Formats: sequence, C-alpha cells, structure tokens
Amino acid sequence: MALPVVWSALAGPCLPWPWGLTSSALLSEGKFTDKHEWIPTKNGIETVGISNFAQEALGDVVYCSLPEVGTKLNKQDEFGALESEKATSELYSPLSGEVTEINEALAENPGLVNKSCYEDGCLIKIALSNPAELDELMSEEACEKYIKSIEE
Amino acid sequence: MQRAVNMVAQLGLRLQALPLALGRPLSCAQTKILGCDRVKLMESLVVGDIAELRPNQGTLSLFTNEAGGILDDLIVTSTSEGYLYVVSNAGCRDKDLALMQDKVRELQNEGSDVSLEVVDNALLALQGPTAAQVLQAGVADDLRKLPFMTSAVMEVFGVSGCRVTRCGYTGEDGVEISVPAAAAVHLATALLENPEVKLAGLAARDSLRLEAGLCLYGSDIDEHTTPVEGSLSWTLGKRRRAAVDFPGASVIVAQLKGKVQRRRVGLMCEGAPMRAHSPILNTEGTVIGTVTSGCPSPCLKKNVAMGYVPYEYSRPGTPLLVEVRRKQQMAVVSKMPFVTTNYYTLK
Repeated sequence: MALPVVWSALAGPCLPWPWGLTSSALLSEGKFTDKHEWIPTKNGIETVGISNFAQEALGDVVYCSLPEVGTKLNKQDEFGALESEKATSELYSPLSGEVTEINEALAENPGLVNKSCYEDGCLIKIALSNPAELDELMSEEACEKYIKSIEE
Repeated sequence: MQRAVNMVAQLGLRLQALPLALGRPLSCAQTKILGCDRVKLMESLVVGDIAELRPNQGTLSLFTNEAGGILDDLIVTSTSEGYLYVVSNAGCRDKDLALMQDKVRELQNEGSDVSLEVVDNALLALQGPTAAQVLQAGVADDLRKLPFMTSAVMEVFGVSGCRVTRCGYTGEDGVEISVPAAAAVHLATALLENPEVKLAGLAARDSLRLEAGLCLYGSDIDEHTTPVEGSLSWTLGKRRRAAVDFPGASVIVAQLKGKVQRRRVGLMCEGAPMRAHSPILNTEGTVIGTVTSGCPSPCLKKNVAMGYVPYEYSRPGTPLLVEVRRKQQMAVVSKMPFVTTNYYTLK
C-alpha cells in the first residue's frame, strides 16, 4: 500500500532534536504531496513525515524501516516503510536530496507516528538538492481538497 | 487492539446494510448433506472419522484430492436433526459445491439415499471471553451445556431457526451463529446493543487466527500441500488411516509412516513483521522455505508467522533467518498456538 502523504516539515539546522516544531505555524506554511507528505518550507533542510490522514488510514504503527544517514534520494524514491497490523506501507520521498538525520525515537516507540505525526513522530530530514521541487507540492488547503476528492 | 475480539461479522452476500468493512462479501459457504447415506458421502470426500461423530458434534476436516493435496478445510457437524452441516470457505464455494454435487449424483446413481442443500444463511461470529455471557441473554438454552465443537438449533434474540455452534476462528471461546439471511441484520444489531460487543474486521480476525495457529486456506494450505506437510495429521481419522480409504490416502498415509519433506511451522521474530512470501533462510544464508502468512501479534508484541521449511528445520527452537524488505532478521521456529487458546471444553 502506497502511503498517502509524507509531509516535509522544515526544521532549520540550528533547531535541536527532538522535533521541537511549532506545528500550527509550520502547518500553515506546509507543503503536501499527493502521497500525503508535508514539508514546512524553510531553508535547505526539510523534515519529512506522514500526515494525519495517513496515520489514521494506517492504524497503529508497529515498526518503522528508515534509510541510513547519507542515503541520496531522488523525488519519488522509496526510502522506507511503516509496518502496521494491516499492511506494510512504503514511503516515497517528496523531494530530492541527502538524508541528514533519522528519528531514532521511532525504534523504541513507533507509535509516535500515530500520536504526533507532525512533530515527535516525524521520520527523516533531507538536505535538498533541488529546492525548486517545493513548488511542485500542494499547500495544506489544496491537500485537504485532494483528500476529499479521493475519499469520494 | 484487544485480544478478546467480541464480534467478527461474517455476513451473507445479501446483507448490504451492514458496513462491508470486511472487504469480502462472504467468508463461509454452508451446506446440508441429507439422507441415510450422508456419512458415506462425506467420508468419500474428507479425511476424518465422520461416522464416529456424536450427535451435534463437529470437527475440522479436509477435502483432499487423489494426489493428497488439500482442496479445502471445513467443519462438519453431525446434527441431531438428521443432516450433516458443512461450513467451508466461500473462496472455494464453486469448487466444493461441484465436488459434493458430483459425489451426490454418483452415489444416487448407485442407489444411495443422499442429497445436498445449499443453506442460504448468514454466519455471524461472536468471539471472546464474554461471548457466551452476551449470547445467554438472548437464548433459552443453557450455554454451559454447549461445549467446544458442539452445535444446537435455537431461537437467538427473537430469531428462530438459528444454528449456534461453539467454535470459531480466533482461539477464544465463542460461537458462530447461522442465521436466516433476512434476519441477519436484526440479529447483528441486537448483539451490538450490548456495549461489550464490537464489530471487528478481517485484519483483526487475521491477527487472532494467526496467534491461535489456525490455517488460512489459500495461504497456509492449498492443493499443493498435504495434511501431513500442513501439520494437520490430527485431522486424519484413526479408522480412515488404517483403511486408507479417503482421496489421496496412499500418498498421505505413506507420509505419516515415513518422513515428510517439508512442514508448516510457526515462526517468531522481532523487528519488521514477516509477511506472506518472505523467504526463510537457514543461519548459513541459504533459502530453505517461504512464509505463508504473518503479522505483528498484538498480544505478544512480537511478530508471528507460518511458513514451510524442510523437515530437518522444523523443530521448535530452531534458529532461522527471514528476509524482510531485503534485510535478514533472526527468527525462531515456535510451537503453535502462539497464544494459549481458551476453548470451552468440559474438562
């Protein structure tokens, strides 16, 4: 099952882990893919996770398979998977770049993806190689419209 | 997810009103075999000692073919109403019906008294530690007198002519209620009135049956697996083994006497869940088998699976590797059921 929406939340390089993102401000500036990924738009490093729509559809996440730091990704490349009771859901990169960090907390606590998909449950950080790709993503509003359209 | 699933709805094709969260319109096919020669008919198709079933007792059995492969798994109950009540997989509906109908015709041509009737009922599964208590409120019969694998016809929450069988596909205590299609929604609604009862879908059912070590036909057993390979030798009737008188008996009984090449085993691992088609390897890294079904176990908080391995690797405790998403993970052969079952037996 291809996972709907991975969001890319931008945390600047100076923000420490854990993902101390002020979600409301970031969400409104966030960008979404039609695979349900969102990305707060900031400088060179993007944080990527899955949307609330996606985590609900997935059910309880029991295992996160994430790439190694240093992995180079092209937009649309499969970079990992989330395992839930129901299925294995592949994750597709919304952007091209290099993986700079992965959320280590998910190893012990994969349920963070469900509890806090935009913050503590985000997945990886990517240093963008092609920032123009951000313009190809959907705004939060467009994403909501998209979700409604596919639900019908 | 609670281990004690209170209700899994397995609805008949006609019941469009209830949400088909199950994704499949029908899980089970129900058939009656009637006539004095009904046991002879059944025994000509399955591996079990059907003649020895006590009134209203049922058993899991297998339709087999001449090569010893399993055509379907099913429950046969010898009812006190004078027929055999058969519940088999809806996915094998056409195949099973043709099998049974052909044999009926064959026996009738020889002068046997036998016939077949398709039962157009829905089947509702009410499963969990409090299933009997929930059901008792709606039936007059004392359910303490209905142990595991026995069956009775009774009025259930006002719906007459329901067949209640103390069995299920979850490893828990519970019943399967065969209800006339027109009344199924009413009955399901009545059951759901009790706050103890919740609807559950196929993913929940699948995790329960896997934890209980129960096979899914088409995944864990199929026409290319024999009962011995499938670790289902216990279904082979004692008398039938000696008589070698069921389809594929010569192949199957030989496997009982000798060694079988491969066996269905349980597997457990941590990390990413094992799923169907994951390769199984020995600790040297050679592929030796395949996973046939698997999922995360909500009860055990580990991953459980079934798969086939060569006989020499089938002992519980044997360390193996399973390849999940191109990574090899340590796994161990485990006894099934993975989670202790809670069948209501009068012992």
